Amino acid sequence: MALGILGTKEGMTQVFDEETRKVVPVTIIHAAPNVILKQITADKNGYSAIQVAVGDKKATRMNRPDAGQFTAASEASGKTIGPKAVVREFRLSEDPGADLAVGNELTVGLLDGVKLVDVTGISKGKGTQGVMKRYNFKGFIRSHGTHEFFRHGGSIGTRLTPGHVLKGKKMPGRMGNEQVTTQNLTLFRVDAERNLLFIRGAVPGAKGGVVSVRPAVKKTGGKKW
Amino acid sequence: MSQILDQIDAETQKRAEPLRYREGDHVKVHVKILEGSKERVQVFEGIIIARHWNGPSSTITVRKVSYGVGVERIFPVYSPTIAKIEWTKRSLVRRSKLYYLRKLRGKKARLPEVRDAARPEPIKSRGQ
Repeated sequence: MALGILGTKEGMTQVFDEETRKVVPVTIIHAAPNVILKQITADKNGYSAIQVAVGDKKATRMNRPDAGQFTAASEASGKTIGPKAVVREFRLSEDPGADLAVGNELTVGLLDGVKLVDVTGISKGKGTQGVMKRYNFKGFIRSHGTHEFFRHGGSIGTRLTPGHVLKGKKMPGRMGNEQVTTQNLTLFRVDAERNLLFIRGAVPGAKGGVVSVRPAVKKTGGKKW
Repeated sequence: MSQILDQIDAETQKRAEPLRYREGDHVKVHVKILEGSKERVQVFEGIIIARHWNGPSSTITVRKVSYGVGVERIFPVYSPTIAKIEWTKRSLVRRSKLYYLRKLRGKKARLPEVRDAARPEPIKSRGQ
């Protein structure tokens, strides 16, 4: 797993690509510098990662165990690290080195030169939904006398064998509000001055939601998009 | 809307000129065209029959009749491909979408001209 950066989804708009002169639909992600809060090493924790924090939070809103993490990080780094709203981990393939010392900051410059990214966020909650919306079922035939069955899922199993509905059967229920990763989105522009990422296309979650942006795992991006 | 988005949209909409475009204007749109590596400018002359006003994605529809065939082109007004727009005439129109011109031919397809002002005043638009 590669190192990424945390940010908030600001929303979507359109910009013009100076090169192709075409309009590009972009999602703007505001990624303020992420502070490294803790190094997680294979020796101590059994895996390698770094813990990063972003977004200021009032000290009075922190509970004591969480506040302790920030005090510890401040002491370890000799810098003042104020309380932050969001803390996440990025898994690494090997133990974090000195360049990822506690108190250092990750900025959008991290993604400079990266063409494709994976974006992870919490999708918008859709509430209780039927199987057509939730699992893309086709619904039932509209003709031949069908009534009150158009959006149903059809049969949910067989008869005496096995005599029960199989576990994991796709049925209506809560949809959304879960972690979703969209892979291989084009990173259109990195604005280091304002800490912004311009990502072509849509990104999971609502405006203001926390997302993590990492270099794409599966592709490196030969094409522009 | 988020302040950051407003800022980005404002950068796209740096040119103030599109605020002067009106329905009924006879205009020459100078469009930059890339042919291989060479760039040239093509002029599309016609009447603005519609404006779609939506921040950075605003467009105008320009209609002309070319060899008896009506041709309409939609231009994103903030696009870098638009070199400039010249006014040749302004008309007195009483609606915001001049789609009725599509059904008219010849003399009926003319619009009454406004003579006093060659370039209209900028108009206030949403989010500007």
